Amino acid sequence: MATEILMPALSPTMEEGTLAKWLVKEGDSVSAGDIMAEIETDKATMEFEAADDGVVGRILVAEGTEAVKVNTPIAVIVEEGESASDIEAPAAPVAAQEAEEIPSTPEVVVDGPPAQPTVDRAPDYPEGTEMVSTTVRDALRDAIAEEMRADDTVFIMGEEVAEYQGAYKITQGILEEFGARRVIDTPITEHGFAGLGVGASWGGLKPIVEFMTWNFAMQAIDHIINSAAKTLYMSGGQMGSPIVFRGPNGAAARVAAQHSQDYAAWYASVPGLKVAQPFSAADAKGLLKTAIRDPNPVVFLENEILYGRAFDVPKLDDFTIPFGKARVWREGSDVTLVSWGIGMSHTLEAADELAMDGISAEIIDIRTLRPLDMETVIESVKKTNRCVTVEEAWPVASMSDHIGSEIMREAFDYLDAPVLKCTGKDVPMPYAANLERLALTSVKEVIDAVRAVTYR
Amino acid sequence: MAARRATKKLTAPKKELLKYYRDMLLIRRFEEKAGQLYGMGLIGGFCHLYIGQEAVVVGLESVAMDGDKRITTYRDHGHMLVCGMDANGVMAELTGRIGGYSKGKGGSMHMFSKERDFYGGHGIVGANVPLGAGLAFSDMYKGNRNVTFTYFGDGAANQGQVYETYNMAELWKLPVIFVIENNQYAMGTSVKRATKSSSFWERGTAFSIPGEQVDGMDVLAVRAAGQKAVKHCRDGKGPYILEIMTYRYRGHSMSDPAKYRTRDEVQKIREERDAIEQVRGRLLDAGATEAELKAIDKDIKDIVNASADFARESPEPDPAELWTDITVSA
Repeated sequence: MATEILMPALSPTMEEGTLAKWLVKEGDSVSAGDIMAEIETDKATMEFEAADDGVVGRILVAEGTEAVKVNTPIAVIVEEGESASDIEAPAAPVAAQEAEEIPSTPEVVVDGPPAQPTVDRAPDYPEGTEMVSTTVRDALRDAIAEEMRADDTVFIMGEEVAEYQGAYKITQGILEEFGARRVIDTPITEHGFAGLGVGASWGGLKPIVEFMTWNFAMQAIDHIINSAAKTLYMSGGQMGSPIVFRGPNGAAARVAAQHSQDYAAWYASVPGLKVAQPFSAADAKGLLKTAIRDPNPVVFLENEILYGRAFDVPKLDDFTIPFGKARVWREGSDVTLVSWGIGMSHTLEAADELAMDGISAEIIDIRTLRPLDMETVIESVKKTNRCVTVEEAWPVASMSDHIGSEIMREAFDYLDAPVLKCTGKDVPMPYAANLERLALTSVKEVIDAVRAVTYR
Repeated sequence: MAARRATKKLTAPKKELLKYYRDMLLIRRFEEKAGQLYGMGLIGGFCHLYIGQEAVVVGLESVAMDGDKRITTYRDHGHMLVCGMDANGVMAELTGRIGGYSKGKGGSMHMFSKERDFYGGHGIVGANVPLGAGLAFSDMYKGNRNVTFTYFGDGAANQGQVYETYNMAELWKLPVIFVIENNQYAMGTSVKRATKSSSFWERGTAFSIPGEQVDGMDVLAVRAAGQKAVKHCRDGKGPYILEIMTYRYRGHSMSDPAKYRTRDEVQKIREERDAIEQVRGRLLDAGATEAELKAIDKDIKDIVNASADFARESPEPDPAELWTDITVSA
């Protein structure tokens, strides 16, 4: 049977090319893999190989021909024993049909994911629950220990998590309770152990990978994004990565540019990840337990300055907080303050001062950046008609920018003032104490922003 | 080429040889067909063919047992076909159709089958190496005897994360076989233009990992080395490195003009050392008939043609698929 050889596409962008040279002539036998011709593409001269065994029956496009469209028949191969004269005139429409078979981009416009279910408005724990004052550090440790007790597939690895008891003492006592099989000190190898953790998650385990700080995770970011976040999608839903990457994020104190970056917006921009940035100890505990159980990769952004701060934590056997559920810390009527992580410190303090001046601020801690509970924010803005966001990360392409644009889209007609953002300054973090203070946002900046949007 | 010539002493029963012949031929014909479909515009983007390297994966798969895992780079079609994944599903992924292993959302470089313990198909050079060690970690953690075959190329062998992984793998005695498919060109850069090391497996000795160089054009030599490596891992002695000397006949990807090597170099290896021809010779020596082999050829051709038909007929994914599989519902 005669087979037409079509002008091949030899690069992702090639539409036509020059048939530079034939290396076979009519009547030649060819085997699969033999080079038949040289073709000039838009990028280079390429060799074109035979795909099947046979005999060159007829050459349809002479060498030197320019602008030969991809999928044009250029030769006919016949089987051994057939002769070229058996070939009927080549049917040009074959190429056209071939081209038609290449499906075009669907015209359906899909402009967003299906609507999310309405967010959970239930309180995080029943009224009257006994509360215990606990530091963020201990709350995180309790969350890890509880989940490790409940599930043998949960293990923790990272630099100094075992014998040193954690560089920031988050894993105090964990090695003693769970042993070296499940509490693993790694060499200083962020790229390697992040990848190893993702592989282990595919093998049926639930790793908690601790980065001594998120700054060092830049060496591992390929595995967080390319390996963990994208694999479920790339595998058509077959393979998820149930892994938690956690550690302190953002500025500590006087550790300067390479140790002080807040990665909120970086990770929150990645589909396939979930991102939490808790402020209180209760949220740290409830969200970390949820993160460990989540079948998706979770980026858990903690804060060194908050580790030692105590908050009330509900005394419950199994306290979890769902992702995508903001917490309204305080109801108010004049302005909505939206924050998360350590930004909440400035926010709460500013709100106290503003209250003394008779300005009533509604305070929302969004707690998780992805999924993001915009519904709670929008509802509040519709009530207060003003919004200020507070975070420590850089201002350009920040979470604040995203929240501001969502408010514009969903509640433009309700706004009585532009949405303002209080962020870190657009500079690498300086070391000098006075400059560091200037580089971070502050209570004063929040107050000034609120005064600006309330015109008071 | 530093590899040893095919060792004449290595033999295998005819039945075994027939299986290797069949598996290698399936890869070659499948890849030729993929190249053809690429030329017709039915396959897009990057498409890296395995032609020439068939003996590597066929030899190693012959020593795998149930539950063993494998992970590789973007040159992954051969690995999938031999570990039991369906040719139709692989080809339909290449054409970006719903019948593909990833519903058309992964493409040539990103395919997976949890069912067959095939963990990709990875597009970032070197990234699959710690991922493979992590898979091996999960088996050690669970206390079973499975191993993970972690394939990568001579190009990836210069990535830093490979050595981070070697260090942890030996430190924790992970049951992982690092398979360096040394096809002698990292895209267009020959090994000698990329490193002063004379071999890649020897770098493992810095981490106390044993290894060896293997003739990757001889499927029986690969199998023999694989048996040794697998035993080492299953005995709890930690990782093993196989540097398998192989050769890719085609370009790095479909859009490679191949100006970095001569046509004679490729032709010489095809003529003198081709893995499929070697097994064919052994089969004829073992009493197989031309008719018997021709029947296999035809069988393979039918499978490959059917996969191409399936890959053209399978519809494109529904637009709603754009928004699925981003996260799993908790």
